[in-house]
Amino acid sequence: MIRSEILQEIAPILRNQLVICNIGIPSQELHAIDDQPTNFYMLGTMGLASSIGLGLALVQPKPVVVIDGDGSILTNLGTLPTIANNPAPNYILLVIDNGSYGSTGDQPTYTGRKTSLAGMAKAAGCERVVECRAEDTGTVLQEALQAGKATVIICKCESGNAKMPVITMDPVTIRDRFMQAVAAD
Amino acid sequence: MNIHQRITGDLVAAGIGFVTTVPCKQLAGVIEEVDRHPKILHVPSNKEDEGMGLCAGAWMGGRRSAIIMQNTALGVTINTLATLIQFYRMPLPMLISYRGEPGEPVACQVEMAVHTKALLAQLHIPAYHFHRQEDVEELPKILDYTFMCSKPVAILTDASFWGGY
Repeated sequence: MIRSEILQEIAPILRNQLVICNIGIPSQELHAIDDQPTNFYMLGTMGLASSIGLGLALVQPKPVVVIDGDGSILTNLGTLPTIANNPAPNYILLVIDNGSYGSTGDQPTYTGRKTSLAGMAKAAGCERVVECRAEDTGTVLQEALQAGKATVIICKCESGNAKMPVITMDPVTIRDRFMQAVAAD
Repeated sequence: MNIHQRITGDLVAAGIGFVTTVPCKQLAGVIEEVDRHPKILHVPSNKEDEGMGLCAGAWMGGRRSAIIMQNTALGVTINTLATLIQFYRMPLPMLISYRGEPGEPVACQVEMAVHTKALLAQLHIPAYHFHRQEDVEELPKILDYTFMCSKPVAILTDASFWGGY
């Protein structure tokens, strides 16, 4: 399975959750599959999805699902100790680990070689870390939503992208409708 | 009330309830106060761009946020300021220790000091510069201004402001 197939499968679970989605093709895919006001699409700033999601989870009670990638986690590795030491029970970091920089032409990342993101998350102090196969992502995500404990999911999948249009929505519109969704009852 | 308590009090009075910090020797006192204050959630970050991500998330969650950092961090955060904070139009007060001014004992600090104001100007980030301790009187208005216009705003604080090196 590739990322877009996973997103397609978990879209019904994500639909009612606050989602912070990683820059580039992941956001384009999620936007094309199931655009929701509860989705915050990153149009730039590689690496910060997990941090934005953590800030959001720490100040309000609704669950927050971050859809991140192995390349983006590697560029902001300091995020893992911050997540571990400031646990938000409503925080789920779902790393779609396809071992490649998908948005830039599928160049390999080190997680396809010797580096284990699950191992790094555990070493950083994250207590609930689940590594899963792409096929099990939906089940693992549901369990995380019910766990009531900060969870890092490392979903191992194949490299590849679906061809989806660039998001042309204005960033202030994305942000404003997202904030209204956050504040809604 | 010392300067650290005063600044922390001003942050809280401006409605700020989430602060992230990356330490600097000059900022040690205010970071300690921020950490101690019951109305502020203090989340130390490992790098300033990470911190700005945390602030963006907290603000979208309904909590006003701020970052406390050293001026060298401007070199780390240019992309985040342009593509996250400015692009999505988010308010972000940045309390910045301005290392590398007269009195500075570490030559390398001057290397980023000479770029600090130029980078802020290039990014069209409003910047205020506190030299003396009484300059802190401007802080409440600067904070209000930041949330009024939804922009990143820099408050540069010299070593002389904090009482010297």
